[in-house]
This record gives sequence, structure tokens and C-alpha cells, in this order.
Amino acid sequence: MTDTQKPVKDMTTDYDIFDPEFVKNPYPGYSEIRESQCPIAHTDRHKGSWLPTRYDDVVAIAQEYETFTSRQILVMPPAEGRVEGPYAAVGAPPITSDPPDHHWHRRLILPVFAPQAVAKYETSTRNLCNALIDEFIDKGTADAAADYAQHIPVRVIATMLGVPLEMEPEFTDWVRGVLENMTDDEWRMRSFRSIVEFFLGQVEDRKKNPRENDLITDLMNAEVEGKKVPIEYVLGVCQLMLVAGIDTTWSAIGSCMWHMAQHPEHRKQLRENPDLWPTAIEELLRVYAPVTMARIVDHDIEFQGCPMKAGDRVLMAFPAANRDPRQFENPDEVILDRENNRHVAFGSGIHRCAGSNLARLELRVALQTWLARIPEFELVDPSSVTWAGGQVHGPRKCMVKF
Amino acid sequence: MRVSLDYDSCQGHQMCAIAAPEVFGSDEIGNAKILISGDVPEALHAKVRRAESNCPERAITITE
Repeated sequence: MTDTQKPVKDMTTDYDIFDPEFVKNPYPGYSEIRESQCPIAHTDRHKGSWLPTRYDDVVAIAQEYETFTSRQILVMPPAEGRVEGPYAAVGAPPITSDPPDHHWHRRLILPVFAPQAVAKYETSTRNLCNALIDEFIDKGTADAAADYAQHIPVRVIATMLGVPLEMEPEFTDWVRGVLENMTDDEWRMRSFRSIVEFFLGQVEDRKKNPRENDLITDLMNAEVEGKKVPIEYVLGVCQLMLVAGIDTTWSAIGSCMWHMAQHPEHRKQLRENPDLWPTAIEELLRVYAPVTMARIVDHDIEFQGCPMKAGDRVLMAFPAANRDPRQFENPDEVILDRENNRHVAFGSGIHRCAGSNLARLELRVALQTWLARIPEFELVDPSSVTWAGGQVHGPRKCMVKF
Repeated sequence: MRVSLDYDSCQGHQMCAIAAPEVFGSDEIGNAKILISGDVPEALHAKVRRAESNCPERAITITE
């Protein structure tokens, strides 16, 4: 029997992040752990992990980057036998980097994602959303996840990197292979290899045929202390852009579409008061935070009474932290003009998401464009919505009618 | 009211700029910067308090 086929005995000692019910709706499980005597749960499943669920614990661990390192950040250990070939050790800097390299790894890419830098993608993102809606608006029905949300971030990221948009299906397949199918080692390894080989090809092509104005070229030309950055860094950042920039944002857009389909009062509120958008986006990010990252414990330590050993995996359940009633009043309720919202959908501390301003822009433009053209819509059948979970939580099939 | 920012703690969440865009902006790498000098005009006090209470890194300090 695989780890996901045995029934869960006790959430605090035996949780299963790939349990089908938990994948669909993890919040009751998080809440059960959070309010128990054991708010940092442990499981032996899937090669073992710890699961902090309270806001203060998740933030404290994120801040202690020397004890809780980022040498691995996926919720499952890498597939065995993955390391082979000259570029097999390519990571995903800066997210997989620890200080001191983390500093320049992060510093180099941050200007690309500053609010003033991502603003230039607003018009093209809006045009893209409109083109997607054109495809189905006359049908009166669409899959808000697969026909809409799924196509937006991948095309925005491909445009930034300067890689062919026609390869969208391959990019999507690789990213799902890495993030959504962690129990399928063969697909995982193949996806990692495909990503690195693809970007290696892109770099080689640019050496022969130099280009301008794309991120791969900028990374190849980047210098630190007078020296060109290593090829492993260029490939690693490209891998990160693809893996972290696509599945995550698409999941957030999908969850928000699922929410809006069921909440005409929120659609109305946004229609009548467009000034609400900035805080509404943050509130939706709080409630539907898609991403759980991992940390690896550096040395044996007792944390909040939990005996953590060097090499243990800790799952940073940002979605659980964001619904902690100790930090947020009525945490399960969506309050579009919420006053106090120190949410950690993008993480906390030095590894906080570098692409957050782009993600926010994509989420806002995707929702605004849809609501402007399809103001009234609803789920075809709530029970037919399917979800991905584990590392990234969001709907994968979400039929709506209008 | 005066407002200060701990630049070492700021990780560029931009929650302050969302809450009080008249007072907080973004530097070249997307971290926060304070756009006004001296006292915060009274009309912006509520927004600045909101910026403080939305900063996940608790990098903003208000003195009154």
C-alpha cells in the first residue's frame, strides 16, 4: 500500500497532505491540528515531515533561516537517482539558496519584479485575458481553471523569459510534473531534466544569436563583482521562474474564480466600489494562499517542544497560518475590506516570494477582466470541481455557466 | 505622527504601499521606502496605522 491509501488515524501524528479529502479542502484539517494540544503536527508518511499550523510558529520558522534552511523546498524529498549529468545540481536560486550566496542570488532578480517594473505587463495581461474569454464567452459555459486561469501565468512568464509561447503545453506539463505529481518519481525526474535541458538550449541559442530585452539574455549578461554569473545560476533562475511562477499564480486565480462564482455579493461589492481592489486582492490571497514550502532542519533542535532532528523536513503551511484565529478575526470569512491583514501568502523573511508583485497584477487583471465581461456566473456543479494540493493548492477543473 | 521603517526587516511585501500609497512607495528592488519627510499629515494617519498593522515583517514604527 502506498502512503496515501492507509486511513489517517490522527491528524497530529499521522496527517497525509496527499489524502484526497485534504487535497480538496485542507482547512478543517489545519484547524484540527492548530486547535489541538499539538499545533505542530508530525507524520511518518511521505518520508516524514513536521507541520506547524499557527501563524506565530510558521513566521518564527521562516525568520530562523540558519536553523531552518532552504536546501530543499519541496514538500517531498527529490526523486532518488535524480542527480546525473553536468547540470543535475542546478537548483532554483534564490529560493533554494542560503546566505551568503542568497543575497546576490536574490538581489539580481528583484528589480525585475518591483511594482514599477511589472506594471508594464498590465496591458498585455489584460489583452491575453480578453483573448481567452473571446474563446468561450458565446458558449455560456467554461472551465474557469483549465480554459482561463491555467493559461495566464504561463504566457506572462514565457513572454518575460523570451521563450516560445507555442510551448505552453510542454511548460505546463513539466511544472505539473514537478509540483503536482510528487509520488510519480519518473514524471518528476523527466520534468526536471526537460526544464534544465530546454533552458540550456535557450542559452546556447542566445550565444549564437544574441537577443535583447528578455530575461534569459539579461541573466546571461549579469555580473557580480565584475564577473559573469555562473551558468548554473542562469539555469536555476529560469527553472524557478517557470516552476514557481506558473502553477502558483494559476492556482490563486483559479481559487478566486471558484470563490467569485459562489459569492455574488462580493462581485457586487467590487463592481460598486472599485477602490476596494487592492485590499480585496490581499484578502483573497490570505484566504486562498496556494503555496506550502518546505525547510530542512540544519541541526538537532527542540522547537516549541518538538524534537526536530538535523535533516528533518518542515512544511511551511502558509495557508494554515493565514487562517489562524489568533492572528485574524473570523479567519475563514472573506472580508474584502479587512483592516488588519499581515498575511503570509508569499511567505515571510528572506525567502519571501520574489514575484509577488507580478502575481498580484496577474490575479487582479484576471479577475477584473472576467468580472467586467462576465459579471454574473455560477458553478455548474460544486461537486465536480477537482483540486490539486500538497505543494500548491488550487482547482484544476472548475466548470462555470453564465 | 512620525513614521519610520526598519530597512533590514523589510522584505518587500508592499503591504504598506497598498494601505498608504501617499506615504510608502517602492525602491529599485521593490522594498519599501518612505515618500514623505517629517510629520505625517493628519488626513493620512488612519492609512499609516493601517500600513503598520498590515506589515508582515513588523518593520514599521509609528511615534505620536
